[in-house]
Amino acid sequence: MTVAAPTATTTPRRRRARLLRLPSTLIAGAIILLVSLLLALFPQLIAPYDPTAFDYNALLAPPSAAHLLGSDSFGRDVLSRVIHAYGLDLQIAVFATVPAFTVGVIVGALVGYAGGWVEAVFGRVVDAVITFPFLVLVIAIVAVLGPGLTNMYIAVGVVGWVFYARLVAAEVKVQKRLDYADAGRVMGYRPLRIIFRHLLPNSITPAIVYWMTDMALAILLGSSLGYLGLGAQPPASEWGVQIADGKNFMNTAWWISVFPGVAIVITGLGFSLLGDGLAELLRTRK
Amino acid sequence: MSALPSQALTPALSVRDLTTTFVTSAGRVTAVDNVGFDVFPGEVLGLVGESGSGKSVTLRSIMRLIHAPGVVGGSVLWQGRDLVTMPERELRRIRGAEIAMIFQEPMTALNPVLPVGLQIEENLKAHTPLDRAGRTKRALELMDLVGIPEARRRLSDYPHQFSGGMRQRAMIAISLASNPKLLLADEPTTALDVTIQDQILKLILELKRELGMSVVFVTHDLGVVAATCDRMAVMYAGRIVETGEVASVFAKPRHAYTRGLLGSVPRSGAERTMLLSIDGTPPSLAAIPPGCPFNPRCSFATEVCRTVVPPLDEVSPARLAACHHHDRVAAAGSPVA
Amino acid sequence: MMIPMNDTVISAEEVSKQFTLPQTMSRRLRGAPQLAVNALNGVNFTLKRGETLGIVGESGCGKSTLARVLVGLLDCTEGKVMFEGNDIAYLRGNARRSYNRRVQMIFQDPYSSLNPRMTVRQVLTEALHVHRMRPRAEIPGRIAELLDLVRLPDDAADRYPHEFSGGQRQRIGIARALAVEPDVLVADELVSALDVSVQAQVVNLLLQLQEKLHLTVVFVAHDLRLVRHISHRVAVMYLGSILEIGPTEALFSTPRQPYTRALLDAAPELDPTHRTTSVAARGELPSPINLPVGCPFNTRCPFAFDRCFVERPLLTERGPMHRAACHLTDFGLAPAAVPPMQTEAVS
Repeated sequence: MTVAAPTATTTPRRRRARLLRLPSTLIAGAIILLVSLLLALFPQLIAPYDPTAFDYNALLAPPSAAHLLGSDSFGRDVLSRVIHAYGLDLQIAVFATVPAFTVGVIVGALVGYAGGWVEAVFGRVVDAVITFPFLVLVIAIVAVLGPGLTNMYIAVGVVGWVFYARLVAAEVKVQKRLDYADAGRVMGYRPLRIIFRHLLPNSITPAIVYWMTDMALAILLGSSLGYLGLGAQPPASEWGVQIADGKNFMNTAWWISVFPGVAIVITGLGFSLLGDGLAELLRTRK
Repeated sequence: MSALPSQALTPALSVRDLTTTFVTSAGRVTAVDNVGFDVFPGEVLGLVGESGSGKSVTLRSIMRLIHAPGVVGGSVLWQGRDLVTMPERELRRIRGAEIAMIFQEPMTALNPVLPVGLQIEENLKAHTPLDRAGRTKRALELMDLVGIPEARRRLSDYPHQFSGGMRQRAMIAISLASNPKLLLADEPTTALDVTIQDQILKLILELKRELGMSVVFVTHDLGVVAATCDRMAVMYAGRIVETGEVASVFAKPRHAYTRGLLGSVPRSGAERTMLLSIDGTPPSLAAIPPGCPFNPRCSFATEVCRTVVPPLDEVSPARLAACHHHDRVAAAGSPVA
Repeated sequence: MMIPMNDTVISAEEVSKQFTLPQTMSRRLRGAPQLAVNALNGVNFTLKRGETLGIVGESGCGKSTLARVLVGLLDCTEGKVMFEGNDIAYLRGNARRSYNRRVQMIFQDPYSSLNPRMTVRQVLTEALHVHRMRPRAEIPGRIAELLDLVRLPDDAADRYPHEFSGGQRQRIGIARALAVEPDVLVADELVSALDVSVQAQVVNLLLQLQEKLHLTVVFVAHDLRLVRHISHRVAVMYLGSILEIGPTEALFSTPRQPYTRALLDAAPELDPTHRTTSVAARGELPSPINLPVGCPFNTRCPFAFDRCFVERPLLTERGPMHRAACHLTDFGLAPAAVPPMQTEAVS
């Protein structure tokens, strides 16, 4: 008795074809973020000026050949500051979300598998967090701990893990009813092995997709707190701080606030596109 | 391909060169390839095959229930009129009136938010001149006819309040509302338990006798064919590979696939022995092997099978087979005889 | 078909399983008792080493629940499952792990029973590693052996489940179960999701493996033809009870319970010359929430009399190893004594 070749063999040629069929949103998002990452890693190579250098001959100078995106009230080059802010803002995107993601995924997997009263208790925690406005909660925590980025990361982490946990718990609850989970139990595998080796890899996709969106939201949040003076502190280059710097000159020197805003939008778009693309990619590859 | 010469009657339904293709990301896929058969008045024809053989698509193509990107070619002559080229309006008068269809999963074929009685009445409204009172009376009669107990009370029940077997009975009642001349049944008992399947099969046969319908019965179960059909057509990879009287096909299959299929079914008297299985799996429609589509799995295959597509020819009276080696297959005998 | 020795591997003693339903608000307010689905009601049987027991019945008869109780996926509400003389409910630590290893299950759905993100090699390595079946260095060789055993090509090891057909996936499931060298294999509707021609391949494989590895098999299925083909003994279940159990030949040739007879009559045979027009069993399965009083089959049985509606019949001896639960103790014996169901041959 021979066995016919499976219907969908992965030949190298097909693998290449599959690469070409990557979702266009994924490619666009990846390109934007790759460029952002380069700017974050090597700002001094690209930025024309030192971001903190004062040029008293060009106070509030409009965009020109010397200052492509103009200069601010201290004569600092807006373009250089926007570029140097990439490092800090991407750092905010990562540091503000990674702890929440990690804790949320682990707790969510355990809660989803346990079910019963554990799930009921978790459900009430979720309700409590969700009914409270996220930004207000974070501001309250930062206000107690004191302003600064580290305290902002703590505040976002304390609240944010709940959203990841909820996504993962719901998915694990579906997956644990499938036969492969039972197959693991029949094999005598320990619950932790079944949860993290079998169920989690099949349940984590929505959390990863949400993570991408969350990084965009974290940049916005970081900028908002920077604007309010609760996040990054001046004279650091940070988009929210820059926007706050320009608020008094909105009528005369719009470029101080608008260009950091554009950077926020583009980076946020990059994360969102990557998230959409990942969702599509992970969905079609079942 | 011609009508079976031994049948002097004119066929009620005559399918010729029916070809249904779908354009997919993997290219053009031919789900039904040059299929032709006749259904005579009062006859039960079994359309047999495994998943992907095109049996259900054939049935849907007859009713023109193929949606874009599917394209149906060939002709389906119903009492002299071609269903494939007929204008949509004219087709609607035939669908559900002269030709009715029942499906494998009645839960998805019934409207979940309308009471069953109303769904029967809807069909009566569309295809009969009955008034409101007449329709309710007829709906009751039909539910009695298909063996739904307490019909009057159940008229106002919703499909989810019915069991699987009762849902299939309700589906049959709806399809019979307009006294169809032809019933197309797509695996109507596959989702049912064996004692309920038995009830439904016998119901269909009884109704066929009473109402003088023809039936095309799509199934993968040769036991169901043996119990219900007069003639059978075996499909593989979108083509018909053998047709004939059920008793004669079972007694002496003339296509290697038919023979393999018969041998794959466990039979009494041969417990705990090896079944005559067919190696490999049915081909994907996107990658049908050249020559005879069955050749990679066939123990009778020779060089010619790998290059030349065997035509569906009359190999013995009232029997068509598309096999280069039908004589050798016939000589090998039936695994169930 | 010789059944070696009299050594019992696994047995069920008065096994019952109830699934309680969520209490609705209106029932709670009325103080009504909580509803429960009675999936198993006092099931008894013993399984001897090397034999195949077929468990057959229609959906809702409890056969899948019984399979899950046997492998320890579900605990029974009452009664006990004994494995080599020990109640599995009290196995702990190493004893529990050893039971888990030695009683394996193969699942019905070839698409959900394999982790979609693990290659065949990862699946098998995990099983071999967790139960310390082989030292690490010997694992690749063992995987090749296992793939060969279930007739999968060597290059199958590094592919993902979605790259295989349904029949091949069931072979992977079998290879995973065999990796831990079990004594008992519980197969729940092993081939019912497969095409007929592929079913035959997997059934043949199971028969060969059983012979080769001296496996004890519980074959749970709804298809009588398959169960008859594979089993040494067959148990017929209805509404959570075994109504008849006996050697395959005896049970199929002289069923001693009206439900068994109905089931056999309803199953379409591969013989177009023998057709009947009468229905094998009228009516439908009663609700497993409110079981009928007396014999569970009394609502559909054409032979039911007053005693059947009062007293539940017990499984009693009908022949060598053949037991049936029916008040008509001579049912099926002499065809003249009991009027057979009307059948007429239509040719």
